[in-house]
Amino acid sequence: MKFIDEFRDADMAKAVLCQIHRQSKRHVRLMEFCGGHTVTIMKHGIRQLLPETIEMLSGPGCPVCVTANADLDKAIALARQPDVIITTFGDMLRVPGSRSSLQKTRADGADIRVVYSTIDALQIARENPAKAVIFIGIGFETTAPTIAASIMKAEEDGINNYYVLSLHKLCPPVIKALLDSGEVKLDGLICPGHVSTIIGSRPWEFAASDYGIACVVTGFEPLDVLQSVDMLVNQLEQGKPRVEIAYRRGVTTEGNLRAQELMNIVFEPSPASWRGMGSVPQSGLRLRKEYERFDAEQAFDIDPGPTLEHKGCICGDILRGVKTPPDCKLFRTSCTPEHPVGPCMVSSEGSCASYYHYGTV
Amino acid sequence: MCLAIPVQITSIEGSEAEVEFGGIAQKISVFLTPEAEVGDYVLLHTGYAIAVVDEEEAQETLRIFEEMERLAEA
Ligand code: SF4
Repeated sequence: MKFIDEFRDADMAKAVLCQIHRQSKRHVRLMEFCGGHTVTIMKHGIRQLLPETIEMLSGPGCPVCVTANADLDKAIALARQPDVIITTFGDMLRVPGSRSSLQKTRADGADIRVVYSTIDALQIARENPAKAVIFIGIGFETTAPTIAASIMKAEEDGINNYYVLSLHKLCPPVIKALLDSGEVKLDGLICPGHVSTIIGSRPWEFAASDYGIACVVTGFEPLDVLQSVDMLVNQLEQGKPRVEIAYRRGVTTEGNLRAQELMNIVFEPSPASWRGMGSVPQSGLRLRKEYERFDAEQAFDIDPGPTLEHKGCICGDILRGVKTPPDCKLFRTSCTPEHPVGPCMVSSEGSCASYYHYGTV
Repeated sequence: MCLAIPVQITSIEGSEAEVEFGGIAQKISVFLTPEAEVGDYVLLHTGYAIAVVDEEEAQETLRIFEEMERLAEA
């Protein structure tokens, strides 16, 4: 397929690797923020192909994984309301909350439907005027504009039985929180590609200027990832950390201004709780006052009950980059993709699932 | 979750477009990319085009890799 196959070329990959090996002298620690990048790295064995000077860590960039149990419990409590249809991306279905999952709640009789897009969720709302149709809004800046678009469309078309549970999260604030914590020492960051398609590369400038972190925004094919490593090594060997874009076919400095505008019309930044990190200021999106009638949390009086954490699961530490899946005692034993204990094993982009499917350990 | 794949637009009507994806025609929204035109490749994410793929930049990136290949062989 065009713009995919070219970026998987094995000979070119060898050439980029060769250049990385030639260039890399000092030991550096790089974090790939995105779960999508973790998948590419694990699937193609990129970690093993890199020189020993380069250490790679996985970051918190999986929206399903970072969703806190308290928020999952809200989704489950909403699903138990009468005359409600829950619409959600498929990844969320099997994620265990404190006591149940959406999948189990569906087995108990709740009407929960997997959709590919908010366009489908709106259609379900149109076809079921007597029901409240709630979309479980998870995702980063890549996805939030599509949810904003659905809310504006609902308003325009007078669809008044459509609601969103807004669990959206913003990436730059969590990177800042991670760097501020001082828990992980980083030299470079592979910045998320499609988040940056929307927000542009500019919001990463703070990491380079205030924290001296080398930043490269890149895409998800193996050559994209290798190119970003090459550019990061180059910046670090020169001692000049800055923000660069490897994924120029999909990312600009400014990003998608229209998408940013829509997001801004419908949502405003708010604190959000991240699994493993707790509440991070300005890292979430809530509906603005003008759109609060679409807010599922305000429209329904729910009691999700007390939050419980999964015993033995170290997803939180993994998401902060301080531990890796093999450090977890449950990994591959009682926690597998068939019987996941934590979200990092459920999501196809979760670190635990990536290690399970592609890891050599 | 933030997956987006390049697909080519075959027709546009208002903010709806048709794309070909794996040999199957599919309807998507170009609400977020009003600049998209028929023939363009767009990055498709959960039913919405989120960017028009910059073909020139793609070629330029591939040229950088070709240059590295030449260097590696030298
Ligand atoms: S292996 Fe399972 S239990 Fe362990 S951290 Fe990963 S998801 Fe949690």
